[in-house]
Amino acid sequence: MHIELTENQKAIQEMVREFAAREIAPHVAQWDREEHFPVDVFRRMGELGLLGLPLPEEWGGGGGTFGEYAVAIEELAKVDAGLACAYSVHVSAHTNSVYEFGTDAQKQKYLAKLCSGELIGAFALTEPSCGSDASALKTKAVEDGDSYVLNGTKQWITNAKSAGLFLLFARTNQDEPGAKGITAFLIEAGTPGLSLGRKTHKMGMRSSETYDLVLENCRVPKSAVIGTLNEGFKIAMKTLDAGRVGIASQALGIAQAALDEAKKFANEREAFGQPINRFQAIQWKIADMAVRINASRLLTYRAASLKDQGLPCTKEGAMAKLFASRTAREACNESLQIHGGYGYTDEFAIERHYRDAKVTEIYEGTSEIQKIVISRAVLGQTSRQPAKV
Amino acid sequence: MDFQLTEDQKMIQEMARDLANKVIAPRADQIDKTGTFPMENFKVLAENGLLGIPFSEKYNGAGADYVSYVVALEEICRACASTGVTMSVQTSLASAPLNQFGTEDQKRKYLAPLLAGETIGAYSLSEAGAGTDAASLKCRAVKDGDDYVLTGTKMWVSNGYYADTYIVYATLDPELGHKGITAFIVEKGTPGFTFGKKEDKLGIRGSSTYELIFDGCRVPAANRLGDEGQGFKIAMWTLDGGRIGIAAQAIGIAQAALDAAVSYTQERKQFGKPLSANQAVAFTLAEMATDIEAARLLMYRAASLKDLGQNHTQAASMAKLFASETAMWVSTKAVQLHGGYGYTTDYPVERFMRDAKITEIYEGTSEVQRIVISRNELTSV
Repeated sequence: MHIELTENQKAIQEMVREFAAREIAPHVAQWDREEHFPVDVFRRMGELGLLGLPLPEEWGGGGGTFGEYAVAIEELAKVDAGLACAYSVHVSAHTNSVYEFGTDAQKQKYLAKLCSGELIGAFALTEPSCGSDASALKTKAVEDGDSYVLNGTKQWITNAKSAGLFLLFARTNQDEPGAKGITAFLIEAGTPGLSLGRKTHKMGMRSSETYDLVLENCRVPKSAVIGTLNEGFKIAMKTLDAGRVGIASQALGIAQAALDEAKKFANEREAFGQPINRFQAIQWKIADMAVRINASRLLTYRAASLKDQGLPCTKEGAMAKLFASRTAREACNESLQIHGGYGYTDEFAIERHYRDAKVTEIYEGTSEIQKIVISRAVLGQTSRQPAKV
Repeated sequence: MDFQLTEDQKMIQEMARDLANKVIAPRADQIDKTGTFPMENFKVLAENGLLGIPFSEKYNGAGADYVSYVVALEEICRACASTGVTMSVQTSLASAPLNQFGTEDQKRKYLAPLLAGETIGAYSLSEAGAGTDAASLKCRAVKDGDDYVLTGTKMWVSNGYYADTYIVYATLDPELGHKGITAFIVEKGTPGFTFGKKEDKLGIRGSSTYELIFDGCRVPAANRLGDEGQGFKIAMWTLDGGRIGIAAQAIGIAQAALDAAVSYTQERKQFGKPLSANQAVAFTLAEMATDIEAARLLMYRAASLKDLGQNHTQAASMAKLFASETAMWVSTKAVQLHGGYGYTTDYPVERFMRDAKITEIYEGTSEVQRIVISRNELTSV
């Protein structure tokens, strides 16, 4: 047992902290206001070795661990959760899946570019009629000679406009309505028949771009299939397992930022002749935030370290995400409350954190989905048993 | 970064779990119902070396670390919190300060028999008028030749009456505030030292809780623990470690409550299906399990910081606060999930709920933990 951060984690933390303070913090309010994804800043993270951080160096990655990756996300999310969102989709949902499930040819073609930031990755699973119930997806991929022809609509696709490569899930077996008929594809941007749909305007995470994707007779070669035919849903679920650690880290960063802002404000603001940090009601909020944030951090790091050790982490990842995302929402709420009226204005960052926090309870598996995962583990049911709960 | 228990830690955990399941759990109900001090369990802990886990072998300890101690304590408390508190008071509150601040003679005379389980230890800081505000204690110690003469009444002393060795905090001069407080090792049977009221409690009913009365009790200067005026520091240092032990206790109780709820909700059928097949029930179990895991990690962190020799005041307070509040809500929920049966003494969950409550109170109330935590946070901006 060694719970404290390793030297490498500290180095990554320091590097991302410094990068975020210099390149992100001065612009974050503007990006939020204008719903702008700063693609150039994002690509610079490739130069720092962050975009392929947990991938082996032989594929262009940073040779780091998931524990280091989690720390990087946390630091990014403290300053700009939207960018952390784009980052985690690129690294864990997309690039790491290409590494884990791709053929050598696919890896050779894409990984170095994904790690450098030349290519930005996206993950396309959700559709208008299926979110939590992802295996009900309707996008069709029909075999036609040497290719598949895809038709359907994907919704809420992060990085969609800037992405060069999509990890996209479609139904290849039309007779199988559930998880067993789904296949994963790697589809390059610019493929005829693939176009951007509506831009989604969001409450938070506004510096990450979110679009619908429309597939109209989009023809891809059979070599675009990643993993095994009709077993794509397993890729989606394994990816989300790892992704939960990333979202937990985001939530953790947001929550820590909310606490930091609250402490700063409470130490400076005076009311009734004394700094408001002298009031026990304020101190209690600070204490409760700090405890839950620390617990979130430990749950998150533990899940990451299990993944690094190649040990099962489905339940642990779900616990980390469930706990950290709730903590983020609550910490933002309490921090905003401590700020009073100022917290409700854009003069302070807390209103942005408050908006950003909410989605961590929703995406990459809602809190309800996490509870299904956890309760199955607690009740001794296997994780892929049909949902009876 | 590694959150896994080491092989040694796992071995101690498994040994404690085995004893807890086979020997201690079967006695827990009776101990609670009769309010009997768990002397037999104490002997079992002693025989198995579980009373000296984080101490040097030189004094009969096991030479293991604090993480090993708290994982073992959690297992014992899962079976019987009354037995657990006896172990926790012995280890964290009596043996630990002797080990840290005692002279070689004191260690040989008092620590070694405590670690072997030949004697029982207690810690006595609280008084009727000094609970959370411990520095306002009134029990006097007056230097007289080679002795100190103790006069005053102490309260809520766990292991009281049964203990042989008491770490007693008294003041040389109440005017000095915390700077006057000094710690003494007082043996049971010392003239002028008697027992007052035995407390009747909501939970941990097997743990003995007594008033101690000192009336001109002469304690040799050789039994002063640490320096004059160092007592408050010793008391607070002791509680830093003790709080990790209370976290372990709370987690053991919470885990027992969850285990009971998991098993009951799978067996109990209503409307043609097990209770656990209802989403409202399953999600509650998920939340219970998640908070217990979070509490456990906070405990591991605090214990491992202590093992690293780093400051763990904040981490211990966080672990104690979160674990005790988790134990309270989880055990309350476990009663709820048992319905009417949970309210009866036929099922153990009502005991878990009664036992859980004290973890929010002793060794620093939840309110004190929040004071500690917020103070640290607000000065670390």
